[in-house]
Amino acid sequence: MTDAPFRLPSGGRIDRGSPVSFSFDGERYTGYAGDTVASALLAHGVRLVGRSFKYHRPRGVVTDGVEEPNALVQLGIGASGEPNARATQVEIHDGLAAASQNRWPSLGFDAGAVNGLLSALIPAGFYYKTFMWPGRWWMKYEYFIRRAAGLGRAPTGPDPDTYDKSWAHCDVLVVGAGPSGLAATHAAGRTGARVLLVDERPEPGGHLPGTSQSIDDAPAEEWVSAMVSDLAAMEEVRILPRATALGYYDHNYLTVLERRTDHLPYRERRGRVRQRLWKVRAKQVVLATGAHERPLVFRNNDRPGVMLASAARSYVNRYAVRPGTSAVVFTNNDTAYDPALDLADAGLRVVLADVRTGLSDARRSQLRRRGIELLAGHAITDVRGAKAVTGVSVAALNSSASAYAGGHRKIRCDLVCMSGGWNPAIHLFSQSGGRLAFDEARGAFVPGEARPAQFSAGGCNGTGALAFALSEGREAGKAAAAACGFRKRGGTPLPKVDVVEETPIRLLWTVPSRHLGRRLDKHFVDFQNDVTAADIALAAREGYRSVEHLKRYTTTGMGTDQGKTSNVNALAILSETLGADIAATGTTTFRPPYVPATFGALAGRDVGELSDPVRTTPMHQWHVEQGAAFEDVGQWKRPWYYPRDGESMREAVDRECLAARGSVGILDASTLGRIDVQGPDAAEFLDRIYTNGWKRLAVGRCRYGLMCTEDGMVFDDGVTLRLGEHRFLVHTTSGNAARVLAWMEEWLQTEWPDLDVYCNSVTEQLATASISGPFARQLLTELTTDVELGRDAFPFMSWRDGHVAGLPARVARVSFTGESSFEVSVPSGYGLSLWTALMHSGQRYGITPYGTEAMHVLRAERGFIIAGQDTDGTVTPIDLGMEWIVSRSKDFIGKRSLGRADTTRAERKQLVGLLTDDPEEVLPEGGQIVDTVTKPPMRMIGHVTSSYFSANLGRSIALALVRGGRDRHGEPVMVPLERAVVPARITEPRFFDPEGKRAHG
Amino acid sequence: MLLIECPWCGPREESEFHCGGEAHIVRPLHPEQLSDPEWADYLFMRSNPKGPHRERWVHEAGCGRWFNVERDTVTHEITAVYRMGGPPPNPSAAPGRKR
Ligand SMILES: [Zn+2]
Repeated sequence: MTDAPFRLPSGGRIDRGSPVSFSFDGERYTGYAGDTVASALLAHGVRLVGRSFKYHRPRGVVTDGVEEPNALVQLGIGASGEPNARATQVEIHDGLAAASQNRWPSLGFDAGAVNGLLSALIPAGFYYKTFMWPGRWWMKYEYFIRRAAGLGRAPTGPDPDTYDKSWAHCDVLVVGAGPSGLAATHAAGRTGARVLLVDERPEPGGHLPGTSQSIDDAPAEEWVSAMVSDLAAMEEVRILPRATALGYYDHNYLTVLERRTDHLPYRERRGRVRQRLWKVRAKQVVLATGAHERPLVFRNNDRPGVMLASAARSYVNRYAVRPGTSAVVFTNNDTAYDPALDLADAGLRVVLADVRTGLSDARRSQLRRRGIELLAGHAITDVRGAKAVTGVSVAALNSSASAYAGGHRKIRCDLVCMSGGWNPAIHLFSQSGGRLAFDEARGAFVPGEARPAQFSAGGCNGTGALAFALSEGREAGKAAAAACGFRKRGGTPLPKVDVVEETPIRLLWTVPSRHLGRRLDKHFVDFQNDVTAADIALAAREGYRSVEHLKRYTTTGMGTDQGKTSNVNALAILSETLGADIAATGTTTFRPPYVPATFGALAGRDVGELSDPVRTTPMHQWHVEQGAAFEDVGQWKRPWYYPRDGESMREAVDRECLAARGSVGILDASTLGRIDVQGPDAAEFLDRIYTNGWKRLAVGRCRYGLMCTEDGMVFDDGVTLRLGEHRFLVHTTSGNAARVLAWMEEWLQTEWPDLDVYCNSVTEQLATASISGPFARQLLTELTTDVELGRDAFPFMSWRDGHVAGLPARVARVSFTGESSFEVSVPSGYGLSLWTALMHSGQRYGITPYGTEAMHVLRAERGFIIAGQDTDGTVTPIDLGMEWIVSRSKDFIGKRSLGRADTTRAERKQLVGLLTDDPEEVLPEGGQIVDTVTKPPMRMIGHVTSSYFSANLGRSIALALVRGGRDRHGEPVMVPLERAVVPARITEPRFFDPEGKRAHG
Repeated sequence: MLLIECPWCGPREESEFHCGGEAHIVRPLHPEQLSDPEWADYLFMRSNPKGPHRERWVHEAGCGRWFNVERDTVTHEITAVYRMGGPPPNPSAAPGRKR
């Protein structure tokens, strides 16, 4: 196999024994294990890897890591497709298919590039200015904008991969396995502390393997290997490679995304967890997240072949790739010199343009020895080339760097390496709540005051020199372990590192154009979102002074890279234009996640049937076998209705409703919330919780109760049984059971600890079948011998213990349908036996199971409310017309609020019935009610809360909340719908058996 | 996410708890004797300080017990955890409600 043309014959961290075949835009390429998509493509001389977002300009690889703005690729398509993957981080493996994004029809010829020609017409805030008027057109504009924009393609189906979440608790968490992170881990680990080291790269060492750095007179990689083998021997130290810290939250809680299989060929991934989200709680945190090199802002600095100096160096040293044949290195600081030397050593012809003049002799002689031409006090004024760099123009800057002193010289080259200084990776520090400080001399934000139990070391602390980064790391690791109570004397001495005298950086936020009058419109600041220096200057002139506003207006820093390379340049240019301090301008907020994360990883296993618990009753299997349609009530699955041979929902519900009043219906009421309230003060407690009184309720009797929140609004309702002098069984709405129990506990624990009362949920201990209708008593008589069922012996609103169908049972004469009803409760294990016994004996009475829909219709016929449907937290008992249940003789939660001006005003919405003029018309719930139909907006006087067709009444019925509705019975109103305006009449909210006699029958 | 020291269970994740708002607001013994503004003050008005704040938490997904926490609303630092009905610590530190 012949090697790729730009691959160096030796060196690098790649495994030349393991060739890998992958594809890019359908074209096959080979690389080696250890390559990224970016390094393998560069080895083949592929420069053009993507198109920019707005102007569709050709773009190439800029970085060698996480901060990459340009080289974003689509990995795969369909359900497991992943857009916007950074080619600089994607490790190649056999079968990998990557594709460029944001181009059509092809990367080489892109129709959208016409935007580039029109760029003068697409200034900052273009979308805001152009597409916001007239408002209704936005929908149309949006369609075209979304088509023209958008980077990758979102997955199209359910994610087939498996994801995990895991907790980790440690003494010290170290983020970043570069030199300071390794030194910190080593120093902390040797004390015996439990240390977790997470690192985004496949191998530890940070940027070191990408340099030609020596440590202790040997290649830096040897020091890295020695550290790693030391750490491997420490029992309490764990290293997670390919693990990126996404977020840093309160109290040292961090999330870490570990990519476990993304680098493997597909055949090796099967059955393995793709990614794992670690939730780390650390006693101490050491941030060693390094720094990102900053681009320089000069004309046409986005041509493919313009990259960061450190990235070019990394491609040479880490990947054994020549990123070009002839390079111009453009810098304002010393850190581009070592890359220039390494490029020359790799056989490139190198010219170095430095905006500074007073350079050290050491640096000058280093260059001289490699034959690198030095252009001191020079800048690149323009870059030529379209799909690849073909050359640059350089000129000498005047003393203030505002213009050029001499003539312009053209230099042919195919690589431009830039360095504008370094931005410490302060993202996590800032997320944790640390204050940033601005280092004027280096033009960088650095950590200021940190949150407790946290250290920053090395590059992210603004420390560039390796020797200092190592010692900072060691001290931070030692101090972090000590803070957890782990100390150990001694330790390895700091390794020896050569130090070269440095010339200070000369900050030059924008490099002037060749023609001074020329706009700065091709001086790119944010490569991914196509934001130029001119856009930022324009925004400043238009009055955008806050960096947060600038960001949203120009979209700078809003791409998938979140402006890792662009933010500081952007706000520096803003400050310059405004004549303000950078420190005063400040940064935008750093928010998690640090890198884009898959939804799969965030969801973990909580998908599909594991996304939420499902609760079923003991009779559930029976309902399933009967073909019931189910309704979700909270987490419960409740039978909604039971369709018989081809019945529609309406037909089934009508049949069920008629049976419950005509013969006998049976409802699975096991989901009702039940709370066992016990203790000598139980009655006093219920007196305070409920609007009505409980002390005089006799044992053996039941009572309906209503509870309010302290603002007087109805919260829940239900029937309570007095089981004994000191014991009550409280029933709650099915969906509200946990909330009511929590409510009771809160009052008992926080306000009334003097009350001797205990509450316990017994919802799941009992199964309940409710039988309702004229034959209910007769049916029950057949199944019990020890419960006296006669009207006088067992009156309405009382309960009896005994046996039903041979099972220990409690029978309560309560009714939610308005019919003569019996609720039979048994220990939940007997639930299905009870149900089948009732069904079996009930056959001759035509027993009919009914679901929640029929239950709703039946109760609405009687005007019984459902808390949470006919009430919404703004409705008082008085609004419901339930004064009869509000005690005057005792205090209860919410009572005082019922006398407030707002709760007593006449115009409150009150519960009424609503009958449409057309008896077949069923109003939609939520329908708005008006007095007169006008041109919108109309004055709305209320809304429909419950609405059904009532088979028993042969017409539609509705409950509604209407302003002052109780005084308006008989008055006509309108319900304007999309299709028609429905006329209706306000009525009493009771449609059937208004005296409620049947329940006593 | 906060790490909260339940007095009964020890340090647990915030997701196991539920915050019940400002602490030390005592329900009036005789609500019917209060004027509307006095009742509204009890019902609606909360101090919302920048800095130390005493608030009620319940270990909902744990022991189910309510307790008090003193937390800095800016830094989220928890400076004290104490039982329901217990006296607040550092009496001078928190700008308590005037009532
Ligand atoms: Zn607890």
